[in-house]
Amino acid sequence: MPVFNNQSSSIFGIAGSAMTAQSQRMNVTASNLANADSVAGPDGQPYRARQVVFEMASPDSKDVGGVRVARVIEDQSPLHLVHDPKNPMANADGYVASSNVNVVEEMVNMISASRSYQANVEVLNTAKTLMLKTLTIGQ
Amino acid sequence: MIDKLDSALRFHQEALNLRARRQEVLSTNIAHADTPGFKARDFDFSSTLSQAVERGRGSLSLSLSLSTTSSRHLQLDTQAAGQATAQADMLYRTPVQSSIDGNTVEMDVERVNFADNAMRYEANLTVLSSKIKSILSAVQ
Repeated sequence: MPVFNNQSSSIFGIAGSAMTAQSQRMNVTASNLANADSVAGPDGQPYRARQVVFEMASPDSKDVGGVRVARVIEDQSPLHLVHDPKNPMANADGYVASSNVNVVEEMVNMISASRSYQANVEVLNTAKTLMLKTLTIGQ
Repeated sequence: MIDKLDSALRFHQEALNLRARRQEVLSTNIAHADTPGFKARDFDFSSTLSQAVERGRGSLSLSLSLSTTSSRHLQLDTQAAGQATAQADMLYRTPVQSSIDGNTVEMDVERVNFADNAMRYEANLTVLSSKIKSILSAVQ
């Protein structure tokens, strides 16, 4: 049984890749929440919320396989406009364009990522218990 | 003698193999709970196991092959060789409540199946262990 190799079609590989992907999603959520009030990113443009897109990472289109982050997309919904004429970033009409992060959505995303991570930890623990038990066959 | 031992343990070997395989499939389902468009997979354990046991019967030649150095050496019967490891027919799970992104993983169903499969794997191990023990005490 190919359980101890490092390919993504073993249980440890599958659950491990899912944990990596979920923690990357959590990372993006952290970035979004931290920048919820940012008015400008490094390029001078207002910060746009980012989302990860998961996909199946199967080496040769097999039935089982791990998860991989296909890409990180930017949310194209309209930016949040605040009337604040004293702000140096304000435009001619006195509006400041700040990020389009939806804080409620990000909190929900964070909870979902954390639950999925927990489920995979559970899978990993069960698989480990079974493997240790398998090592005691015939003793 | 060796083939007696093999046939005594073959059923448990196949069952354990399939349990491990199913564990992988279910862990894939759990890992892909948030992947858009992913369809949950599973296979029918009992029919796959009976297929595997049927196919495996009399195909000891899979792991044992004779190297012949003369044309008068006998060959092993290799017609059933190469099929001893069961190839499960992978099915798609029918979702009770499908989600809008096309993902059909239902975490509660998968978790229940995963726990059930783990328990049966362990039961299988226990039975196999005691069988090995009883063979050993018969040998002594």
